[in-house]
Amino acid sequence: MLTDVTFWVLAVLAIAAGVMVFRFDSMARATYALLTSLLCVGGEVLLLGLDYLGVVIVLMMTIEMAIMAVFMVMYMMNPAGLMPMTMVHNAKGAAAICLVVFAALATGILLAPWPERRGKPPADPTKALGMSLMGPQMLTMMTLGMALFATIVGTVVLATRRGRYDRFGDDLGGDHVVGPGGGAGR
Amino acid sequence: MSLELFLLLAAALFCIGLFGALTQQSIVMLMMGLELMLGGLIVGAAAVWHFIAPAAADGQVLIVIAVTVMAVEMAVGFAVITALFRAREVDITDMAAELRE
Repeated sequence: MLTDVTFWVLAVLAIAAGVMVFRFDSMARATYALLTSLLCVGGEVLLLGLDYLGVVIVLMMTIEMAIMAVFMVMYMMNPAGLMPMTMVHNAKGAAAICLVVFAALATGILLAPWPERRGKPPADPTKALGMSLMGPQMLTMMTLGMALFATIVGTVVLATRRGRYDRFGDDLGGDHVVGPGGGAGR
Repeated sequence: MSLELFLLLAAALFCIGLFGALTQQSIVMLMMGLELMLGGLIVGAAAVWHFIAPAAADGQVLIVIAVTVMAVEMAVGFAVITALFRAREVDITDMAAELRE
């Protein structure tokens, strides 16, 4: 009973906050709405008995939204939402696509013959996850580590001032951009 | 509480995120849509683990992957915005369409 109520409260809150992300004028409010939605996702994961992953999601989303708020203020032209403005394109087409996708997913969810529940959750799902990642799923873990390392390198390369597509003089060794930018041969 | 309800919640979150990713012009807002889509994916994976195969840890591994994808998406997304902004002073998708022709 209590779990049902918790599920519905979290689900309604997650969807409502998700909708509000794209309706608020203020970027700060949109960020907090997204945070609310994703915290509810973490709550649903906790509700399903995945304590460790639920807490990881909650912590990660909190920090991620804090970072996102900083970038919001840096890059958005209207971070405080003082002037109401919409920055959308093709809203009707997108709404149609999303409704069709949702209808298709819902049809599949309701009509698919889902298999019976097989087995019981382990006494300690976190230990099971750890043993799995360090055992049979080791390749997954290594791939994730590699992907994260590549992300570190890629983000640093992309975010440095001297970009891949800037021309720095004929010997490419200058200290400032020459010309309008563009390919190395220009 | 049933598998279908959780999956419907996941589908709803996914579609709201898809709407945001398709409509928003600001790149930061577009990334928020992607985050919502991945949030839906996490709910779906957790529900499938809990209601179909709780004995195997594969569902949990799927969630770990989704969380990692979220982190990578955000890091690379902000790096791309920074690179675009440095190069062209662009923070809107429609202004970064040089490759269209």
